[in-house]
Amino acid sequence: MPTLIFTSQLQRFLPAPEVQVDADTLKQALAAVFADNALLQAYVLDERGQLRKHVEIFTDGKRVKDRVGLSDPLCADSKVYVLQALSGG
Amino acid sequence: MTSQRLWIGSRKGLIEMARGAQGWRVSKTHFLGEPVSMLLPDARDGKLYASLSTGHFGTKLWVSDQRNERWRELAAPAFPEKPANSPDPLVWALHSIWALEAGGADQPQRLWAGTLPGGLFCSDDRGASWQLVRSLWDHPARLEWGGGGYDFPGIHSVCVDPNHSARLTVAISTGGVWRSDDSGETWRLSAKGMTATYMPPELAHSEVHQDAHRVVQSPKDRSVFWCQHHNEMTVSHDGCASWQKLQVPLADFGFTVAAHPHDAATAWFVPAQKDERRVPVDLALCVLRTRDGGKTFQQLRTGLPQEACYDLIYRHALAVDESGNTLAMASTTGGLWISEDGGDTWSAPLVRLPPVACVRFG
Repeated sequence: MPTLIFTSQLQRFLPAPEVQVDADTLKQALAAVFADNALLQAYVLDERGQLRKHVEIFTDGKRVKDRVGLSDPLCADSKVYVLQALSGG
Repeated sequence: MTSQRLWIGSRKGLIEMARGAQGWRVSKTHFLGEPVSMLLPDARDGKLYASLSTGHFGTKLWVSDQRNERWRELAAPAFPEKPANSPDPLVWALHSIWALEAGGADQPQRLWAGTLPGGLFCSDDRGASWQLVRSLWDHPARLEWGGGGYDFPGIHSVCVDPNHSARLTVAISTGGVWRSDDSGETWRLSAKGMTATYMPPELAHSEVHQDAHRVVQSPKDRSVFWCQHHNEMTVSHDGCASWQKLQVPLADFGFTVAAHPHDAATAWFVPAQKDERRVPVDLALCVLRTRDGGKTFQQLRTGLPQEACYDLIYRHALAVDESGNTLAMASTTGGLWISEDGGDTWSAPLVRLPPVACVRFG
């Protein structure tokens, strides 16, 4: 199952532990995480469900391509890093 | 020679300060009300260049006469039209000038400008016209550059080798350090040894993902470079071929670094609490100085605020003069401190400044 790792910068606001979920796309993976951690969603996505401007996601070493639809595919051993983009300041 | 004049690029204009019997005083404010993002006192002819980031009308470049009494507008760098099939997600339009440097002694007409987004521009007529350095702009690796502080990458450091003006070093937030030996015809990444802790582990050592906040070259020994990186302070003793992380007290985070003009082993950093806070460590302002090439550091605090201090010193807001003794630094919240003894003690002139982007003696 893909593994999601969240930036430690989130820890000062809420728990965001590393988690494994069953998913074929980034959107499915995030939805699975948010199902158990609803507050986390608003830190990563905006009210339109799009990736926040200053949040960066890398899947298997590649920057996420679809920041709107989150359709980037995942494989069984994918590692997904949800990070704070440096563009934010 | 000890400097008698300090220039401050601020959110509300270009502030000129002069040293007098009563210490440093504001003598004049040029472009009152306009944000000044970068300035260059050109030692070759005594003229001063100032880049204005006007709120409504774009980025402008002005030059003064030698007495700094009359100003004249020059051309600002401009990006070419973006090809329709370009994979580049950036808008090809000038946001601001983030670096401004004079060419070498053998290039009396040359100026270099680093911009946001990350373009390097060259002028061979002292700013009357500018050419985008396409070799770097068109380099495939540029598409790997990212935003650092701004929403898009920018070139904030341009070092012209004092002994060999064709040798250039530029640094990008975020895009690593790049070197050219042929006046910008060809480029190579030169960030080996840096580590980006903000990236996934498999990309932590990727040279193009390094966020070098500021890079300066020793005027004394051209092979020595100092870097304040997003999460480390580093030094290179081999012309950026390799970088070594320095063991520093307090914090690895910060924005600025200055190199001593005559002593390649001496440099100053201003550390801050990292990333999520971005304030002085323990809210007490401190300058770190090394005099032995980065092996050890002194914490310099005398005369600096040691409680309830929220001042950050940005990339270009720390400067040392030609003597190596007089330093100035100014902050995001308008603080200004000057040292006349290499940083041992500091004083705060009687002035309340706007937020400051850059300071320079000249």
